[in-house]
Amino acid sequence: MATPEPTQVDSVTGETTTGHEWDGIKELNTPLPRWWLWTFYATILFAIIYWVLYPAWPLLTTFSHGVLGFSSRGQVAEDIRAIQALRAQTEAGLDKASVTEIVADKKLLSLALAHGKAAFAENCSPCHGSGGQGGKGYRNLTNEDWLWGGTLDDIQTTITHGIRADYDKDTRSSAMPAFGRDGILKPEEIRQVASYVRTLSKLPPETGVDVDAGKQIFADNCAVCHGDDGKGNTSLGSANLTDGLQLYGGDLKDLNYTIANARNSTMPAWGARLDPVTIKTLAVFVHSLGAGQ
Amino acid sequence: MSQAEIEGAREVYGEGPLYVAAAKVYPQRVSGPFRRLKWGLLVFCLGIYYFLPFVRWDRGPNEPHQAVLADIAHSRFYFFFIEIWPQEVYYFTGLLILASLALFLSNALFGRVWCGYFCVQTVWTDLFMWVERLVEGDRRDRMRLDAAPWSADKIAKRVAKHGTWVLIAWWTGGVWVLYFADAPTLVRDLATFHASLVAYFWIGVLTATTYYLAGRLREQVCIYMCPWPRIQAALTDVDALNVAYRRDRGEPRMSLKAGDKLRAAGRPAGDCIDCHQCVAVCPTGVDIRNGSQLGCIQCGLCIDACDAVMAKVRRPTRLIGYDTDENMKRRQRGEAPVYRLARSRTILYVVVMAIVGSLMVYKLATRQLIGLSVLHVRAPMYTTSGRNAVRNGYALRFSNKWSDARQFAIDVSGVEDAVAKSEQADALPDGRLAVSVDPDSTQEIEFYVTAPRSSTNEAGVPIVMTATDLKSGETVSATDHFFGP
Repeated sequence: MATPEPTQVDSVTGETTTGHEWDGIKELNTPLPRWWLWTFYATILFAIIYWVLYPAWPLLTTFSHGVLGFSSRGQVAEDIRAIQALRAQTEAGLDKASVTEIVADKKLLSLALAHGKAAFAENCSPCHGSGGQGGKGYRNLTNEDWLWGGTLDDIQTTITHGIRADYDKDTRSSAMPAFGRDGILKPEEIRQVASYVRTLSKLPPETGVDVDAGKQIFADNCAVCHGDDGKGNTSLGSANLTDGLQLYGGDLKDLNYTIANARNSTMPAWGARLDPVTIKTLAVFVHSLGAGQ
Repeated sequence: MSQAEIEGAREVYGEGPLYVAAAKVYPQRVSGPFRRLKWGLLVFCLGIYYFLPFVRWDRGPNEPHQAVLADIAHSRFYFFFIEIWPQEVYYFTGLLILASLALFLSNALFGRVWCGYFCVQTVWTDLFMWVERLVEGDRRDRMRLDAAPWSADKIAKRVAKHGTWVLIAWWTGGVWVLYFADAPTLVRDLATFHASLVAYFWIGVLTATTYYLAGRLREQVCIYMCPWPRIQAALTDVDALNVAYRRDRGEPRMSLKAGDKLRAAGRPAGDCIDCHQCVAVCPTGVDIRNGSQLGCIQCGLCIDACDAVMAKVRRPTRLIGYDTDENMKRRQRGEAPVYRLARSRTILYVVVMAIVGSLMVYKLATRQLIGLSVLHVRAPMYTTSGRNAVRNGYALRFSNKWSDARQFAIDVSGVEDAVAKSEQADALPDGRLAVSVDPDSTQEIEFYVTAPRSSTNEAGVPIVMTATDLKSGETVSATDHFFGP
């Protein structure tokens, strides 16, 4: 087979070809416009200027910082400062007003709820849940079972000073005796009083247990804090035993354990960690979760 | 495979350079109906662009008074009587669909009318060429000036030309930013150097792009950067009217005298006298006689040029004119030309445009200026409140697109004996809860509904929240669920 003559000129257009051919279609030799080349050089120039101005080259232990001194971290810090300066104006209102005044003012309330929601997610949700729904041993903040009071002021005090936070002298404090562990009541008596407590919430007692005996034990040992009617006392942090909402569970096993060993759970005093405005907004937010009084 | 075959497959490269300077185009002045049409549309389009930001539109006390405004900072877009919120961006989607279909339709009917008469690139290039012609003269003067050595006259002309270009480009960039802020205020701020750096930056960018694209790159944009010529080539068909040279009438081209001689001898001679006027006036420097091509923006200026020549040599005009591929073939076969504007693709484009347009008009006409959305609080799904009640939390978001503050009364239905409560709502005298929403804003509230346990179950029952605008009486509803143990 003879070597075909290279086709240098395309018969249709009269232009030279590159010699590339696919299924009989030849590529015309159409040179790119020269400005295209200049654009390419311009991008190279841009890159060189960029290297000089901005951080670019990784070195062994550091990197080239660029003459502008730019850093994305510094930019974020600047943005944060700017947003804080912007917020300072609006948050001045929150600083001056009391929690009751905040709730009375719709604009301040919206602001406080937004602030409080964010602060809650950051500080409170690990124990109380993302929506304040709580869990066993951790208060469900959306129901009315307030141990230390559910008014705005009560909530603000509880958040500021904590519960049984012994490093804060104004902390909420009380101690339920461990009736079983400390030998105050016998196991049988604990079962009786546990069954009686269940009847306070209209729940069935343990079968075969003397509820009347439990009632007497309650009057002798428990009523002093929980009240004769078992409705509790928010100044002592004693639980309301009649609402069926028990922090550590209302079934017999849980109740027996609570009476025998006591729970006396704790909460940090947030006044030591958070600023007063944040605590106010947290109080307003928790109060807004549906059960505030 | 033999050695010879491998040899034969070897690639042979052309000798030309990889890069060449683009040949400079010197379009010649031309007059005629297409040139007049192009001037008219240029004045019309640029007039809209340069003056629209200053058109005022009264929307009430709390809204901007600019007819067309893209308020990026407050995420609102205003177009005369329409105000668009970010969630209504589908109006833009609809407009883009309509725009692309209109482009397809215009292409199926009359070829690249967009390129020739409306495209920002060709319109501004036309304006810049006009300035160039005023300062440096027509085609031959400009060619002579380019070739001439530097002199005071040449420098003066160059300074005048580029200075005017930069002024136009700067004005173009300056108007661009006026679409994003209150125009009179911004003009004052720009003049007194009180405007934001962003405004000056964008003016700079638009000045540079206008100057380079319209002054320097010109037809290079159409040939190398723009996707539309490629798409257009794929979309066109044999019945689309395009600016075309009537090869059947024009060929064989030859000088006037040679043609007359041949015709006298009874032999065929084309009408084209090869005067190159069509090439001289072409703003992209193509030869239309080579047929439809990438560089041809179909502005019709070659039609004007050729008609003038044909009139002079007493031959019928429209040797170059709007023509279809189909009719070129029909004339060769001696058949009468046909013009089929209504064909399956044009009808389809019109139908789809009508559907999209009707949908948009319907959405616009039935658009409510108030809105309500409900989001159920998920943690917890419900709260047992006391022994017999259950409470669900909702986040209600009200939107008020009116230019004054509105109060919405909230009604809850679907759940028996439901009681609503929200710290962020006020109580109306009739016992309902109400929320005030600022003009042109949204307002979200936490909203709690308490009902007896018997009103619901684990699977939940549907609950309907209805907001009533106390001023207009307009209502809007949203549905969610009410869960219980």
